[in-house]
Amino acid sequence: ENGRCITKLENMGFRVGQGLIERFTKDTARFKDELDIMKFICKDFWTTVFKKQIDNLRTNHQGIYVLQDNKFRLLTQMSAGKQYLEHASKYLAFTCGLIRGGLSNLGIKSIVTAEVSSMPACKFQVMIQKL
Amino acid sequence: MAVSTIILFLQNYPLYIRSVPTENELKFHYMVHTSLDVVDEKISAMGKALVDQRELYLGLLYPTEDYKVYGYVTNSKVKFVMVVDSSNTALRDNEIRSMFRKLHNSYTDVMCNPFYNPGDRIQSRAFDGMVTSMMIQVC
Repeated sequence: ENGRCITKLENMGFRVGQGLIERFTKDTARFKDELDIMKFICKDFWTTVFKKQIDNLRTNHQGIYVLQDNKFRLLTQMSAGKQYLEHASKYLAFTCGLIRGGLSNLGIKSIVTAEVSSMPACKFQVMIQKL
Repeated sequence: MAVSTIILFLQNYPLYIRSVPTENELKFHYMVHTSLDVVDEKISAMGKALVDQRELYLGLLYPTEDYKVYGYVTNSKVKFVMVVDSSNTALRDNEIRSMFRKLHNSYTDVMCNPFYNPGDRIQSRAFDGMVTSMMIQVC
Protein backbone atom coordinates (compact mmCIF):
# COMPACT_ATOMS: atom_id res chain seq x y z
CA GLU A 1 0.00 0.00 0.00
CA ASN A 2 2.71 2.40 1.03
CA GLY A 3 4.88 1.17 -1.83
CA ARG A 4 2.14 1.78 -4.39
CA CYS A 5 1.61 5.33 -3.16
CA ILE A 6 5.30 6.08 -3.37
CA THR A 7 5.44 4.69 -6.91
CA LYS A 8 2.46 6.81 -7.90
CA LEU A 9 4.06 9.93 -6.48
CA GLU A 10 7.28 9.17 -8.27
CA ASN A 11 5.47 8.74 -11.57
CA MET A 12 3.70 12.03 -11.11
CA GLY A 13 7.04 13.66 -10.42
CA PHE A 14 8.38 12.04 -13.59
CA ARG A 15 5.72 13.59 -15.80
CA VAL A 16 6.07 17.00 -14.18
CA GLY A 17 9.84 16.80 -14.52
CA GLN A 18 9.52 16.22 -18.26
CA GLY A 19 7.40 19.29 -18.75
CA LEU A 20 9.54 21.45 -16.47
CA ILE A 21 12.74 20.54 -18.24
CA GLU A 22 11.20 21.40 -21.59
CA ARG A 23 10.37 24.86 -20.30
CA PHE A 24 13.71 25.45 -18.59
CA THR A 25 15.91 24.33 -21.46
CA LYS A 26 14.04 26.33 -24.03
CA ASP A 27 16.59 29.09 -24.09
CA THR A 28 19.76 27.46 -22.79
CA ALA A 29 22.56 26.33 -25.00
CA ARG A 30 22.98 22.71 -25.91
CA PHE A 31 24.57 20.48 -23.28
CA LYS A 32 28.01 19.15 -24.03
CA ASP A 33 27.91 15.94 -22.03
CA GLU A 34 26.36 14.10 -19.13
CA LEU A 35 28.26 16.03 -16.49
CA ASP A 36 27.03 19.26 -18.02
CA ILE A 37 23.47 18.02 -17.72
CA MET A 38 23.95 17.03 -14.07
CA LYS A 39 25.44 20.42 -13.30
CA PHE A 40 22.45 22.07 -14.93
CA ILE A 41 20.16 20.00 -12.72
CA CYS A 42 22.11 20.96 -9.63
CA LYS A 43 22.23 24.66 -10.36
CA ASP A 44 19.52 26.07 -12.60
CA PHE A 45 16.88 23.39 -12.18
CA TRP A 46 17.20 23.13 -8.41
CA THR A 47 17.30 26.92 -8.04
CA THR A 48 14.17 27.42 -10.07
CA VAL A 49 12.21 24.74 -8.24
CA PHE A 50 13.58 24.97 -4.70
CA LYS A 51 15.15 28.44 -4.69
CA LYS A 52 18.58 27.11 -3.78
CA GLN A 53 21.31 25.07 -5.40
CA ILE A 54 22.43 21.57 -4.62
CA ASP A 55 25.20 21.83 -2.05
CA ASN A 56 27.36 18.99 -3.19
CA LEU A 57 27.63 16.89 -6.33
CA ARG A 58 29.79 13.79 -6.33
CA THR A 59 30.35 11.24 -9.04
CA ASN A 60 32.39 8.16 -9.64
CA HIS A 61 32.59 9.03 -13.34
CA GLN A 62 31.00 5.73 -14.12
CA GLY A 63 27.38 6.75 -14.16
CA ILE A 64 26.63 7.28 -10.48
CA TYR A 65 25.98 10.79 -9.18
CA VAL A 66 25.13 11.79 -5.65
CA LEU A 67 23.39 15.12 -5.16
CA GLN A 68 23.49 16.36 -1.63
CA ASP A 69 21.18 19.02 -0.34
CA ASN A 70 21.94 20.08 3.22
CA LYS A 71 18.72 21.91 3.76
CA PHE A 72 16.11 20.32 1.57
CA ARG A 73 13.16 22.69 1.37
CA LEU A 74 10.52 20.04 1.69
CA LEU A 75 12.03 18.71 4.90
CA THR A 76 13.09 21.82 6.79
CA GLN A 77 9.76 22.21 8.55
CA MET A 78 9.57 18.59 9.56
CA SER A 79 12.36 18.15 12.02
CA ALA A 80 15.96 19.06 12.69
CA GLY A 81 17.43 15.69 13.43
CA LYS A 82 16.34 12.11 13.58
CA GLN A 83 12.69 12.60 14.38
CA TYR A 84 10.17 11.43 11.75
CA LEU A 85 12.94 9.88 9.70
CA GLU A 86 10.73 7.00 8.62
CA HIS A 87 8.20 9.34 7.01
CA ALA A 88 10.72 11.24 4.93
CA SER A 89 10.54 8.85 1.97
CA LYS A 90 7.00 9.92 1.15
CA TYR A 91 8.12 13.48 0.73
CA LEU A 92 11.12 12.63 -1.36
CA ALA A 93 9.39 10.37 -3.89
CA PHE A 94 8.00 13.20 -5.97
CA THR A 95 11.37 14.90 -6.16
CA CYS A 96 13.05 11.67 -7.24
CA GLY A 97 10.53 11.45 -10.04
CA LEU A 98 11.18 15.07 -10.91
CA ILE A 99 14.88 14.38 -11.42
CA ARG A 100 14.22 11.18 -13.33
CA GLY A 101 11.70 12.88 -15.64
CA GLY A 102 13.99 15.79 -16.33
CA LEU A 103 16.89 13.51 -17.19
CA SER A 104 14.78 11.27 -19.37
CA ASN A 105 13.68 14.18 -21.53
CA LEU A 106 17.31 15.15 -21.97
CA GLY A 107 18.02 11.68 -23.23
CA ILE A 108 19.34 10.01 -20.07
CA LYS A 109 17.70 6.94 -18.60
CA SER A 110 18.31 6.69 -14.91
CA ILE A 111 17.17 5.43 -11.57
CA VAL A 112 16.91 7.98 -8.79
CA THR A 113 16.72 7.12 -5.12
CA ALA A 114 16.87 9.28 -2.05
CA GLU A 115 18.14 8.74 1.44
CA VAL A 116 17.98 10.79 4.57
CA SER A 117 20.22 10.18 7.53
CA SER A 118 19.50 13.35 9.40
CA MET A 119 16.94 15.97 8.51
CA PRO A 120 16.85 18.31 6.73
CA ALA A 121 19.85 17.11 4.76
CA CYS A 122 19.25 14.48 2.12
CA LYS A 123 21.05 12.78 -0.70
CA PHE A 124 19.69 11.88 -4.10
CA GLN A 125 21.51 9.12 -5.88
CA VAL A 126 21.26 9.00 -9.66
CA MET A 127 22.27 5.81 -11.46
CA ILE A 128 22.59 6.29 -15.17
CA GLN A 129 21.57 3.30 -17.25
CA LYS A 130 23.71 2.78 -20.26
CA LEU A 131 21.69 1.04 -22.95
CA MET B 1 6.58 32.17 -50.73
CA ALA B 2 5.11 29.28 -48.93
CA VAL B 3 5.92 27.02 -46.10
CA SER B 4 4.96 23.68 -47.52
CA THR B 5 5.50 21.30 -44.68
CA ILE B 6 6.30 21.27 -41.00
CA ILE B 7 7.15 18.06 -39.22
CA LEU B 8 8.18 17.45 -35.62
CA PHE B 9 10.22 14.35 -34.87
CA LEU B 10 11.04 12.56 -31.68
CA GLN B 11 13.74 9.94 -32.14
CA ASN B 12 12.97 9.72 -35.83
CA TYR B 13 9.32 9.06 -35.73
CA PRO B 14 6.94 11.90 -36.40
CA LEU B 15 5.01 13.61 -33.65
CA TYR B 16 3.27 16.10 -35.87
CA ILE B 17 2.91 16.51 -39.59
CA ARG B 18 1.35 19.43 -41.29
CA SER B 19 1.47 20.25 -44.98
CA VAL B 20 -0.19 22.68 -47.24
CA PRO B 21 -2.35 20.26 -49.18
CA THR B 22 -0.86 20.58 -52.57
CA GLU B 23 0.21 18.00 -55.04
CA ASN B 24 3.15 15.73 -54.35
CA GLU B 25 2.83 15.70 -50.61
CA LEU B 26 4.74 12.46 -50.58
CA LYS B 27 7.72 14.16 -52.13
CA PHE B 28 7.89 16.57 -49.24
CA HIS B 29 7.65 13.77 -46.73
CA TYR B 30 10.45 11.96 -48.44
CA MET B 31 12.67 15.04 -48.41
CA VAL B 32 12.04 15.60 -44.76
CA HIS B 33 13.02 12.05 -43.94
CA THR B 34 16.25 12.30 -45.83
CA SER B 35 17.07 15.59 -44.17
CA LEU B 36 16.84 13.88 -40.79
CA ASP B 37 20.13 12.20 -41.56
CA VAL B 38 21.76 15.54 -42.11
CA VAL B 39 20.32 16.81 -38.86
CA ASP B 40 21.84 13.89 -36.98
CA GLU B 41 25.16 14.49 -38.66
CA LYS B 42 25.14 18.10 -37.59
CA ILE B 43 24.32 17.28 -34.03
CA SER B 44 27.18 14.85 -33.66
CA ALA B 45 29.68 17.08 -35.41
CA MET B 46 28.76 20.11 -33.41
CA GLY B 47 30.06 18.91 -30.08
CA LYS B 48 32.67 21.53 -29.35
CA ALA B 49 32.57 25.01 -30.74
CA LEU B 50 29.05 26.20 -31.44
CA VAL B 51 27.11 25.48 -28.31
CA ASP B 52 23.92 26.76 -29.75
CA GLN B 53 20.51 25.27 -30.07
CA ARG B 54 19.34 26.14 -33.43
CA GLU B 55 20.87 25.11 -36.65
CA LEU B 56 19.96 26.17 -40.11
CA TYR B 57 20.05 23.64 -42.76
CA LEU B 58 19.94 24.93 -46.29
CA GLY B 59 19.94 22.35 -48.93
CA LEU B 60 18.12 19.87 -51.05
CA LEU B 61 17.78 22.21 -53.95
CA TYR B 62 16.06 20.28 -56.67
CA PRO B 63 17.04 20.86 -60.24
CA THR B 64 13.52 21.78 -61.20
CA GLU B 65 12.20 23.60 -58.20
CA ASP B 66 13.69 25.48 -55.32
CA TYR B 67 13.10 24.09 -51.92
CA LYS B 68 14.91 24.81 -48.74
CA VAL B 69 14.75 22.56 -45.76
CA TYR B 70 15.38 24.05 -42.35
CA GLY B 71 16.07 22.13 -39.19
CA TYR B 72 15.99 22.94 -35.48
CA VAL B 73 16.75 20.71 -32.52
CA THR B 74 15.75 21.28 -28.93
CA ASN B 75 17.70 20.18 -25.89
CA SER B 76 15.23 17.38 -25.46
CA LYS B 77 16.17 15.94 -28.84
CA VAL B 78 12.97 16.92 -30.60
CA LYS B 79 13.64 17.86 -34.20
CA PHE B 80 11.59 20.37 -36.11
CA VAL B 81 11.89 20.24 -39.86
CA MET B 82 10.36 22.79 -42.16
CA VAL B 83 10.17 22.76 -45.94
CA VAL B 84 9.94 26.11 -47.61
CA ASP B 85 9.26 26.72 -51.24
CA SER B 86 11.27 29.72 -52.27
CA SER B 87 9.63 30.70 -55.48
CA ASN B 88 9.68 34.43 -54.84
CA THR B 89 12.33 35.59 -52.47
CA ALA B 90 13.95 33.71 -49.69
CA LEU B 91 12.51 34.15 -46.25
CA ARG B 92 14.96 36.04 -44.15
CA ASP B 93 16.97 34.11 -41.61
CA ASN B 94 15.33 35.99 -38.75
CA GLU B 95 11.88 35.07 -39.88
CA ILE B 96 12.74 31.40 -40.00
CA ARG B 97 14.26 31.65 -36.56
CA SER B 98 11.24 33.38 -35.11
CA MET B 99 9.01 30.71 -36.63
CA PHE B 100 11.05 28.01 -34.98
CA ARG B 101 10.89 29.85 -31.65
CA LYS B 102 7.14 30.03 -31.89
CA LEU B 103 7.03 26.33 -32.68
CA HIS B 104 9.24 25.60 -29.71
CA ASN B 105 7.12 27.70 -27.38
CA SER B 106 3.96 25.96 -28.49
CA TYR B 107 5.63 22.58 -28.16
CA THR B 108 6.62 23.44 -24.60
CA ASP B 109 3.02 24.28 -23.83
CA VAL B 110 1.89 20.95 -25.23
CA MET B 111 4.48 19.15 -23.08
CA CYS B 112 3.24 20.82 -19.94
CA ASN B 113 -0.30 19.67 -20.58
CA PRO B 114 -0.89 16.90 -18.02
CA PHE B 115 -3.21 15.07 -20.39
CA TYR B 116 -0.54 14.75 -23.01
CA ASN B 117 1.75 11.72 -22.92
CA PRO B 118 5.16 12.46 -24.35
CA GLY B 119 5.61 10.42 -27.50
CA ASP B 120 2.03 10.61 -28.65
CA ARG B 121 0.93 12.42 -31.73
CA ILE B 122 0.24 16.03 -30.99
CA GLN B 123 -3.47 16.70 -31.23
CA SER B 124 -3.73 20.04 -29.53
CA ARG B 125 -6.01 22.57 -31.13
CA ALA B 126 -3.94 25.47 -29.87
CA PHE B 127 -0.87 23.99 -31.52
CA ASP B 128 -2.76 23.46 -34.77
CA GLY B 129 -4.03 27.02 -34.66
CA MET B 130 -0.55 28.38 -34.16
CA VAL B 131 0.89 26.36 -37.04
CA THR B 132 -1.97 27.36 -39.34
CA SER B 133 -1.49 31.01 -38.59
CA MET B 134 2.22 30.66 -39.25
CA MET B 135 1.76 28.94 -42.59
CA ILE B 136 -0.88 31.39 -43.71
CA GLN B 137 1.10 34.43 -42.74
CA VAL B 138 4.04 33.29 -44.78
CA CYS B 139 2.12 32.64 -47.99
